Amino acid sequence: MTGKDKKIVYVDKGGKRLDGRKVNELRPIKIEAGVVPRADGSAYLEWGQNKVIAAVYGPKECLPKHKANPYKAVINYTYRMAAFSVPDRKNPRPGRREMEISKVSGEALQQAVMVENFPNAMINVDVEIFDSNAGTRVAALTAASVAMADAGIPMRDIVSGVSVGKAGGNIIVDLTKEEEDAEDAVDVPLAFLPNTGELVLLQLDGLLTEKELKDAIKLGEEAAKKVQGLQAAALKKKYSEALKVKEAVK
Amino acid sequence: MSTNVLWDLSIDKVLAEIKQGRRLDGRKFEETRKVEINHEVSKNADGAARVKFGQTDVVVGTKLGVEAPYPDSPDKGTISVGMELLAIASPKFEAGPPRPDAIELSRVVDRGIRESKAIDFNELCITEGEKCWVVFIDGYAINDDGNLFDACALAGISAVLRTRMPKLEDGKMVKGEYAGQLKVHRKPVLTTIAKVGNDLLVDPQMYEEAAMSARLSISTTEDDYICAMQKGLGGSFTGAEVNRCVELAFKNAKSLRKML
Repeated sequence: MTGKDKKIVYVDKGGKRLDGRKVNELRPIKIEAGVVPRADGSAYLEWGQNKVIAAVYGPKECLPKHKANPYKAVINYTYRMAAFSVPDRKNPRPGRREMEISKVSGEALQQAVMVENFPNAMINVDVEIFDSNAGTRVAALTAASVAMADAGIPMRDIVSGVSVGKAGGNIIVDLTKEEEDAEDAVDVPLAFLPNTGELVLLQLDGLLTEKELKDAIKLGEEAAKKVQGLQAAALKKKYSEALKVKEAVK
Repeated sequence: MSTNVLWDLSIDKVLAEIKQGRRLDGRKFEETRKVEINHEVSKNADGAARVKFGQTDVVVGTKLGVEAPYPDSPDKGTISVGMELLAIASPKFEAGPPRPDAIELSRVVDRGIRESKAIDFNELCITEGEKCWVVFIDGYAINDDGNLFDACALAGISAVLRTRMPKLEDGKMVKGEYAGQLKVHRKPVLTTIAKVGNDLLVDPQMYEEAAMSARLSISTTEDDYICAMQKGLGGSFTGAEVNRCVELAFKNAKSLRKML
């Protein structure tokens, strides 16, 4: 309560944010592909304080059968937060927020994954958040698409997530919890197909003008390209190592 | 689900007509169906509205409740939005706990009202740290002929604008007695745009919804702010399409807002 009257400067005169980042700078991101041996594909991702594990199972026969689509595979995306992943313990029962995020994230993957190759099948994507500090849905989606590629499922492009928004009148990329708590905060989670620039996830909470939205999306697209680079590197790392082992056996 | 041949043929027909620049019901791409708003829904509700977009029909009612505020915002009240897809509204809906479709709808309507700051949560405080007002906004789909999003959002803000504040005595609500209106500071209006092929359609009808690859819902305010957005379904939007959708949303909201 003490800080109530104190005005927080979200971007100082030198262009630095509260945690020292520039307006277009992402938090450190670490991605590792293939961390769950039992899964068809998986990924571990650290994005600032956020820690995420994603696993993909499938394509397999769609059950229950009435959910099957004779034209394409169904993607069942499940986003969940561990009870201990937030400051106050979260009720483990899935909430409305998690259900909504699961729905839009699964839909975001559909455009990238060649679902038409697998009629009547389903692909299960499960993502669990173990630690969180703003931007978990885009971190989860970024990890999930690495897991999807790791599973060898054909894709047109990877899905690269990034959140943009506004704090203290500044349009910034990859907001932290502290920035999301700003009086005028706006949160815009985005996900792109980086090669075409298509938007596959787009949500917005807060007040933004038309011009600010355009600036925010532009900032997001540039940042998503950086995320794409890290996703590709993680996949290359796993498969170049696998190749080395194979050659050694020969 | 997709075994219905007539259904599939209808989708093909929509796609073919849209390519020719025509919609099945003769509307222009940026045109909304005839909208009707009626407030004679429920006397027990503190505020209510029934909204029709063509044959799409929804009812929303509000109730005020006195509850303890959240510990992290002791000086603020809140809103609670729930939209139910009643089984009476469509063969696709079933009774039971809300499914992802209904949850997404509720949350998009919630964000439009919440983030526009239409209701000042500080004004809902009764006694700091002890009691606050909660505005419950509950809606029901009566008939789904497409675009429940815009219909529910318009009915939501319309009901909120009509909401009477129950009378308080010693911190308790007096049943059936009112003391003025709920203060509303903005009028957010939601516009949903369907992407069918490469075309953008305002207010998609049921068959257009079946044919769309993606939709973008945008809530705007009378003072030129965007207050909530939600992209839905498996397709994508380019940056240029998003800009066009925002333009369409501002224009559409302006004309719908006059009916509030």
